[in-house]
Amino acid sequence: MTTRHTLSVLVEDKPGVLARVAALFSRRGFNIESLAVGPTEHPTTSRMTIVVAVEDLPLEQVTKQLNKLVNVLKIVELDPNAAVQRELLLVKVRADLATRSHVLETVQLFRAKVVDVATDAVTIEATGTADKLAALIKVLEPFGIRELVQSGMVAVGRGSRSMTGAENRLRSAS
Amino acid sequence: MTESLTGAQSLVRSLESVGAEVVFGIPGGAILPAYDPIFDSKKLRHILVRHEQGAGHAAEGYAQATGRVGVCMATSGPGATNLVTPIADAYMDSVPLVAITGQVPSAAIGTDAFQEADICGITMPITKHNFLVQRVDDIPRTIAEAFHIASTGRPGPVLVDLPKDILQAQGAFAWPPVLDLPGYHPTTRPHAKQVREAARLIAEARRPVLYVGGGVLKAHAAAELRVLAELTGIPVVTTLMARGAFPDSHAQHLGMPGMHGSVAAVTALQKSDLLICLGARFDDRVTGKLSTFAPDAKVIHADIDPAEISKNRTADVPIVGDCRETLADLIVAVQEVYGTGARADLTAWWKQVDLWRTTYPRGYDWPADGSLAPQYVIERIGQIAGPEAIYASGVGQHQMWASQFINYENPYTWLNSGGAGTMGYAVPAAMGAKVGRPEATVWAIDGDGCFQMTNQELVTCAIEGIPIKVAIINNGSLGMVRQWQTLFYEGRYSNTNLQSKRIPDFVKLADAMGCVGLRCDTKDGVDATIEKAMAVDDLPVVIDFVVGQDAMVWPMVPAGTSNDEILAARDTRPVWGEDDV
Repeated sequence: MTTRHTLSVLVEDKPGVLARVAALFSRRGFNIESLAVGPTEHPTTSRMTIVVAVEDLPLEQVTKQLNKLVNVLKIVELDPNAAVQRELLLVKVRADLATRSHVLETVQLFRAKVVDVATDAVTIEATGTADKLAALIKVLEPFGIRELVQSGMVAVGRGSRSMTGAENRLRSAS
Repeated sequence: MTESLTGAQSLVRSLESVGAEVVFGIPGGAILPAYDPIFDSKKLRHILVRHEQGAGHAAEGYAQATGRVGVCMATSGPGATNLVTPIADAYMDSVPLVAITGQVPSAAIGTDAFQEADICGITMPITKHNFLVQRVDDIPRTIAEAFHIASTGRPGPVLVDLPKDILQAQGAFAWPPVLDLPGYHPTTRPHAKQVREAARLIAEARRPVLYVGGGVLKAHAAAELRVLAELTGIPVVTTLMARGAFPDSHAQHLGMPGMHGSVAAVTALQKSDLLICLGARFDDRVTGKLSTFAPDAKVIHADIDPAEISKNRTADVPIVGDCRETLADLIVAVQEVYGTGARADLTAWWKQVDLWRTTYPRGYDWPADGSLAPQYVIERIGQIAGPEAIYASGVGQHQMWASQFINYENPYTWLNSGGAGTMGYAVPAAMGAKVGRPEATVWAIDGDGCFQMTNQELVTCAIEGIPIKVAIINNGSLGMVRQWQTLFYEGRYSNTNLQSKRIPDFVKLADAMGCVGLRCDTKDGVDATIEKAMAVDDLPVVIDFVVGQDAMVWPMVPAGTSNDEILAARDTRPVWGEDDV
């Protein structure tokens, strides 16, 4: 059964790492739904959050292959029920004097915020789960969406345990 | 102590310090700085090959015959891309290889500079890892890491790309460097609980088979394998990559499994109730149609690469670890289980297996047209040169016959391109093997098609004093493809007729390349010709064995079909025993 999986991948911050990771997925014909890369609390480590829709068995294989990459430090699959997942949306919506107040009302409802205003448009910033952002977009659509850009998902496990912390213990132990 | 050296000097010192003895390569613009200190090196022998592909396969042959890391070197652009085939080959067959390539100067990277190719990008999916060195001070650590990665865990090729300005820059050299590989920790110790579970299954199984792959050779575990096999009395099959890991003369050896495996080996796997898979990977050439492979068998799968386990066939007992350590632990665990009195009787299984073995022994028919049987030539080479010799083969019919009709008694005496199936492997691999094992007789068993892909390295052999022996099994055609055309394309021989019985004249070609050239086309001449070649020890020898073109490789499991469909010979399907045990 095809399901959506969220993988958190800790990697060494070295040139070509993104290409190596992306190549593993593309070689097996997996479509990456979302990918976000950024620094972590450790200067030499980056963290990727990868969302793929794939069956369990091929996912296990691709995870094992990912683990074989020399620059990959650790992989954790995040359970959506035990993780905080967020995406960032920037959307430019048509808003003249007649519709602006309606647009702003929607912004309030979704706890989004306006980050730029022009005479006939506003730019809205929103964060949330993919579902929440999809709902916001749906409500904004009637006003006229002029431009839309969305980040990949970032996610972190709930509770006090740290994925990177465990890695540190591992490294200091060896 | 830290010294100030140029990048090029640092590279050569690093190679010397890591224990490299031989480099196969060709200089060119971007790698040129490295060749200056190589000129002075007392510890490093550089062998100037005639084509970079030859350098790569020679390094593979060296590595496979000695167990050490093979090293090849090339310049940027086309020099580097010519290494792509041997690198892919080494990746498929887990051969420890370090490829060193020059790169255009750092400032020119990405500008389509002369002889520029993104070799790190190109080889990303066919290397275990690769490095683009960006600082001269990183050279010693990078070389040490490259050798470490290539030779540990599941071995494989590693490429180090060195921009010209980095080779020319002045930097610090210190040895040994500190490795910085926080993400690389191969698991070598098998899990005790899994080993105990495996031992329990082994003691219970009524139709077990030891399915032995190349990992046993990589782990230097042939001795442990023999102990386990003799302790348990279980039948053994050795895959194409594992020939030599278990003596062919051993009573428990059923031969090679797979598409051209022996009927006994293929059928034993198929009817088994327990596969003890050691360092093998359920390749499609072994399993046939995967869904019908060994349907009643439980699987113990031991491999150092966790990604191999349950990749093709789900393992009931997965064991991640080095094959030698796994076997050593298994021997102890099995003895413990036997100590409790638990041990299934294998008499009925052996009766069945022996019936297959005696009913369908290896063999061949002589061609009806009176021409020389290629199998006979290969069999005689094996008998005359003996089990201490090393045999390297190309890819195709001659490869299968060389695997079937030569008796391998010792590890590392059979070198071939198994996973990638690279035609042209034999001559340069034999050259590399002879460099690594100069005291051994090294035969390349080659086809006339393969030979015409890489024979230029015989010039290297002649000039560098590497006296290999090459047997061209000349059937004048791309024999394996022709066999498929015979069987599956109604004998329509599209583009498989090389006409190499006519052109080129291999004897003259050998002569032109500074080798001894011989020809034989009769059964009576075979032994004398082989003996003549064996008597030459100062020059490479090439024998043109002109053989019949209609000989086919049997047994055969047609591609994509079940192993139950094995044909012992054309139109001959084996009859299984009346009652399956």
